Amino acid sequence: MRELMGIINLDRERDVLNELTYYRCGAAVPFAGRYRLIDFIMSSMMHAGIQDIAIFVRRKYRSLMDHLGEGRPWDMNRKRGGLFILPPDWNDETDMSAGELRHINNNLDFFERGAASHIVHAGSQHLSTVDLNAVHAYHLEKKADVTLVYTRVPSPRPEHRFCYRLDVDEDGSVADIHYEQRHDCIYMEMFVMEKSLFLELAEHCIAHGGKHFFRDALMKNRHKLSIAAYEYKGYHAVINSLESYYRTSMNLLNPQTYDSLFGKRTVHTKIKYEVPAKYLDTADVSNALVANGCWIEGEVKNSILFRGVQVKRGASIHNSIIMQKCVIGENVRLENVILDKDVIISRDHQLQGDYRKPFVIAKDVSI
Amino acid sequence: MKKKDVVAMLLAGGQGKRLKGLTKTLAKPAVYFGGTYRIIDFPLSNCSHSGIDTVGVLTQYEPLVLHSYIGVGSDWDLDRLSGGVYVLPPHEREDGTTWYRGTADAIFRNLKFIDQYEPDHVLILSGDHIYKMDYDRMLAYHKEKQADCTISVIEVTLEEATRFGMINTDDRYRILEFEEKPISPKSTTASMGVYLFRWPLLRSYLLRNAELTDTSHDFGKDILPLMLREGRSLYAYPFDGYWKDVGTIQSLWEANMDLLTAQPKLNLNDPRWRIYTRNPNQPPQYISPQGIVRNSMISEGCAVSGEVVRSVLFYGVEVGEGSVITDSVIMPKARIGRNVRIHRAIITEDMEIGDHAVIGTPDAAEAEITLITGQDEEGLKLLQTSSLRTDQG
Repeated sequence: MRELMGIINLDRERDVLNELTYYRCGAAVPFAGRYRLIDFIMSSMMHAGIQDIAIFVRRKYRSLMDHLGEGRPWDMNRKRGGLFILPPDWNDETDMSAGELRHINNNLDFFERGAASHIVHAGSQHLSTVDLNAVHAYHLEKKADVTLVYTRVPSPRPEHRFCYRLDVDEDGSVADIHYEQRHDCIYMEMFVMEKSLFLELAEHCIAHGGKHFFRDALMKNRHKLSIAAYEYKGYHAVINSLESYYRTSMNLLNPQTYDSLFGKRTVHTKIKYEVPAKYLDTADVSNALVANGCWIEGEVKNSILFRGVQVKRGASIHNSIIMQKCVIGENVRLENVILDKDVIISRDHQLQGDYRKPFVIAKDVSI
Repeated sequence: MKKKDVVAMLLAGGQGKRLKGLTKTLAKPAVYFGGTYRIIDFPLSNCSHSGIDTVGVLTQYEPLVLHSYIGVGSDWDLDRLSGGVYVLPPHEREDGTTWYRGTADAIFRNLKFIDQYEPDHVLILSGDHIYKMDYDRMLAYHKEKQADCTISVIEVTLEEATRFGMINTDDRYRILEFEEKPISPKSTTASMGVYLFRWPLLRSYLLRNAELTDTSHDFGKDILPLMLREGRSLYAYPFDGYWKDVGTIQSLWEANMDLLTAQPKLNLNDPRWRIYTRNPNQPPQYISPQGIVRNSMISEGCAVSGEVVRSVLFYGVEVGEGSVITDSVIMPKARIGRNVRIHRAIITEDMEIGDHAVIGTPDAAEAEITLITGQDEEGLKLLQTSSLRTDQG
C-alpha cells in the first residue's frame, strides 16, 4: 500500500540564516538540540508510511547528504524506492525546462518508477506535526485537484511575510492565493495531488516557460483547478531568518510547546551513539534543553545545548544556543549567543548579543 | 563461507538470579546500565571495535527482549555481508536434547555454526560483565604465546577473590592452577570469563565432553581443568581496565554510581570506543526552572522538575516538582510524581511512583539498595502504600 510519495523541494529555499547557512543549506541547519530542520518533514512522511522520497537540492547540500545518508533513521533504506537525493545534474542540451521545474523534468524516472498514485510536495522551513494521511484522506474526500495545507496564525510575525495567504471559503475551497499581510491563513508550502495531474501540469508549465510550480502551475490556474484547503491545527513554526530560528528554538523551553512538537510522535534523526549527559557537582542548570554527550560543570540557564557540548567550571550560558561539540572554557560568559558546531571559546571570554539579535559564530571558530 | 580468523561466541543465556525482580522477564545481559545501555552492549561494542565481525549470541533464559533488541545487529555495525551477529537459541535435535546443559554444551551444540567459518580461534564471551576491551590485542598475545587457550584476568582484592574463579600463574603468565570461588585464595588474579581457544583443539575437547555423563558441561568446571591436567598451554592475559561483574543489585547499583565521578575509570565518552546501543530516539532532556541536577547522568527524553543528586536517569524519565532523588538509578520511562523521596534505590522501567511516596531510608548512608519493580511483591506493596499516601495527602 504505497499511496503517497514525497517530494521535499529545497530548490527555492534561500540560505538566509546568515552564519548558520554559510556552509549548509537551510534544511540542514541544526535545531532543538539534536535535529536538523529537514528531520521534521522527513518524520511526517515516515509516519504517513511514505516509502519514496525525492529531495530536490541545488546548493550547499554536502552536509545534508551526510546527515540523510541512505535514509536509515527514517526507515527509507528500502529495496524498492526509498530516499533519493537529487542534485541538479542535467546535461540535456535540448532541455527546455527552467527554474525548479528542471528538477521535475530531469527526474521523471523517480515519478514513473514509484508505485504511489499521489504526491506530497513540501519544503523544510515549516515545522509541524501534520498527519499527511489525514491530508490525503481529506483530498480524496473533497475530490479536489490539489489540496493545500494551511494553518491560522492570529498575529503574523516577520517570518510570515513571505508566506502565501489563502482565502478559504465555507466549503473548504481556496478562493484566492495572495500576500495580503494581515490575512491569517498561512499556506504551509505543502500540497497533495494526484501524480499524473502533477506531471501533466508540470509539462504544461514547462511548455509555457514557467519556472515555479506553485506560482505558474497552481496559482495562475486557480480558477480552472479545484483547490481544497486543509486546515492544520497543531504545532507550527516557520524558520526563514535568524530571528525566527532563535525565537522558535527558545520557545521550545516552554514545556507545552515542547510537548506539542515532541509529545505526540517521535521525530527521527541521524543516530549518534553519545553517552547520557553528565552533570558535575558545580553544575547549575535550569530551564534548559540538553542533548546526550554533554558535560556540564558550569551554569546553563534558558539555553539549548546540542550533543557533546562541554561547559567548564565557572562558565555561564544564558539565553543561548550551543551546537554540537562546542567547548565553553572556564569562566566564559555567554548571553544571547548562537554558536555553530565545533566552536571553542577559551577561558575568561565574554560574548553577548541582544535577545532580538543574537550574536552568531560560524562553525569551527576558536576564540 | 568465508574463512574467519576468529569467531566470537557470547554466552547470553543466564538468568542472573541474584538480580531478583530485574531478571524476572529478561535475561541478565539485557539488564539496563549507565543511563541508556544494556549490559550486552559492552561485549557487542567491544567485538565491533576489535574487528570481530562474526558473533554468535547464545540465548536461553527469557530470550524475547534480547532477540528483538539485537535484531540484525546494525546498531553495533554487525550487519555484515559475510558474518555478522547471529542469535543462537537452543533447538531440538534428533537425539531429543533441547536445552543447553552448560556453557560448554551451548558451544558444542553450535559446532556447525562455528565450523562454517573454519576459524583458527574462538573467543568465548559472557554477557554479564561491564568493561571495554580490545579483543584484538588479546588475540595478538594469544598468538604470540602460541597458547592453546588464553584467559583474560584481572587483579581483585582478597575479599573479592572468594567470589570469582581464581587463577595461579607462573611469572610468565602460564596458568598453573584454577580455584573456583576459593575460601582462602592463593592469588588475587581472577578470570574475567573471556576465553580465547584454538578452535580445532577446543572442538576436540567439546566432542569428548559431550560424550561424558558425569559432567556439568561447563568451561570453568570441566573443560579448562581438563586441558590443564592434560598439559595444554594455558595463558593468562592481564587486563587492567575497568571490569565489573554486575551479578547483584548492590553491584549493579555500584557500577552505575562509578560513572558519576569526574573522571570515571570506565570512560563511556571515548570517541574511539563508543558503546553502541539501540537508540531510543528521544528528544533532548528538559530541566525545568525548578529542576536541580548535580553529580548525575541524565539521558535524552527526561523531564526533570525536581532535584536529582548522585543518580542515573535513563531515557524518558519524568521527575515531578518537589521530588528529591539521591543515590539512585531510575530506568527508562519511569514516572516519578511530585514530592517523592527516593534514596539508594533502583526503579525499573515504566514504573509509576505516586506523589508523596518515600522509597529507601532518606539520609541513611549505608542502607541496602531498594529495588522497585512491577514484578516484585515487595515493589508492588511499596507502590500500594505510596498510592495510599497519595490518597491521604
